[in-house]
Amino acid sequence: MILRKEFFRRPKNELERSSRIYKVPSPDVPGEMCVLCPSCKKPLLTGELNANANVCPECGYYFRMNARQRIHFIADENTFIELNSNLLSKNPLNFPNYPEKIKHARLESAEKEAVVTGTAEIGGFPCALFVMEARFMMGSMGTVVGEKITRIFEYATEHSLPVVGYIVSGGARMQEGILSLMQMAKTSGAVKRHSDAGNLYIAVLTDPTTGGVTASFGMEADIILAEPNALIGFAGPRVIEQTMRQKLPAGFQRAEFLLEKGFVDMISERKEQKKQITTLLSLHKEVSG
Amino acid sequence: MNAYEKVNAARAKNRPTGSDYIANIFQDFIEMHGDRRFGDDKAVITGIARLGNQPVTVIALEKGRDIKEKVYRNFGSAHPEGYRKALRQMKLAEKFGRPVVCFVDTAGAYCGIAAEERGQGQAIAENLMEMMTLKVPIISILIGEGGSGGALALAVADEVWMLENAVYSVISPEGCASILWKDSRKVKEASECLKLTADDLYRMKVIERIIGEHGRGFHLTCAELKRLLSQKLAENLRLSAEELVSNRYLRFRKFGSA
Ligand SMILES: [Zn+2]
Repeated sequence: MILRKEFFRRPKNELERSSRIYKVPSPDVPGEMCVLCPSCKKPLLTGELNANANVCPECGYYFRMNARQRIHFIADENTFIELNSNLLSKNPLNFPNYPEKIKHARLESAEKEAVVTGTAEIGGFPCALFVMEARFMMGSMGTVVGEKITRIFEYATEHSLPVVGYIVSGGARMQEGILSLMQMAKTSGAVKRHSDAGNLYIAVLTDPTTGGVTASFGMEADIILAEPNALIGFAGPRVIEQTMRQKLPAGFQRAEFLLEKGFVDMISERKEQKKQITTLLSLHKEVSG
Repeated sequence: MNAYEKVNAARAKNRPTGSDYIANIFQDFIEMHGDRRFGDDKAVITGIARLGNQPVTVIALEKGRDIKEKVYRNFGSAHPEGYRKALRQMKLAEKFGRPVVCFVDTAGAYCGIAAEERGQGQAIAENLMEMMTLKVPIISILIGEGGSGGALALAVADEVWMLENAVYSVISPEGCASILWKDSRKVKEASECLKLTADDLYRMKVIERIIGEHGRGFHLTCAELKRLLSQKLAENLRLSAEELVSNRYLRFRKFGSA
């Protein structure tokens, strides 16, 4: 058992905790590690954490999941087929240090970009799936993320498939400037076409979902699920605190707050998620005969 | 002018605002109020007017001219009900087959507790989706600041035009500088990096047209806009709804598709 020092570093404040990535190896990586639950401070073995959908068995704290863990968790075994995995970000604005940032993000996440897209079956129901990756520049949306999301909606429209999307994002990717902003319109157009053709889109908002992603495909789903306590909003809490020069109320912009205000359909516990999504897909299946 | 000087010009105190354009380009403007859901956002002016013989729906983000009006207009930063107010008028424009002209001038959608409570993200998202398939012509003109999603929510259009000294960006130069260099004073460098001037955006095909404003009176700018708008709207009114919507989709589809 390896005890890693950084896992014991206490978050300086609530905000830092929400944005800090606790490294949890994917299920196929051998060797157990010990992580400290940031909420109840109990040491946990990664194996037992993985077996519990990365939820602390002691206090119910939701650890962040990476894209491959999500896919493993939601898609039926051996059904996920990845699409458009070779799209790579360039540096369209010649933004300083952006290539280095991307390089670092690739190492950090073992992904080529901040979203993984493809087709899969969930509970036996075929669907298109996109899963965002927080470890890649905080899931920010540049042209490649926008393009992959757009293509998966176009693919789903063409094949009359429902779309299930796992969302985690800090918003637009500043380093791609206005082209990043344009992805909000582009993805919204693809979602609208998919919707107008009568297809279902289910979004699962996870911690955190903010900025330009909230203000586009994050809030455009027919059915919006949110994980407990996930931070969901347009402006980040830090920006609001600076603007208002006041502390934000407890629970502000959390999933339960959005449910109360009428902006999400339900809070979805991870352990129930696959069953819930399967049921929702089955309820939208055309009744034949 | 360098990028930072353009940012300052776009924010200049004496710069004409949305109301000035409405007054100088259209006739018979009648203002309409409210989103029918929550309230009437003063940062967004909506109404119906005539452009030559053509009835049009006009929408403008309004910063306000003197300090009293600026406060009344919330400095041009809309709450969710502002975007919903705009969408309501766009839907009416669609119903009655009249084109939509939007004037964009905002530092951004308002960041605050009430705005979040009432779904700022959802309101912007809905506009993006609905504007993408609105069956009447839409032209958006950036007249000052084009601040991120709050500007885009009124700029999903068949063509987007920009005044020579307007800027359009995903983040303010101040925000960019504080993230990039942890120093909000490095706005000059950030302004350059973001490629937010009309020339930059024209080169990237984010806008179709730059409207000159240098060294001439405001009334001449408005006269040119009136001529160009009449021409383009007449042209687009001849297209079928399918062509119009398909062209608009492709206009945005091209960004980052290479
Ligand atoms: Zn715990």
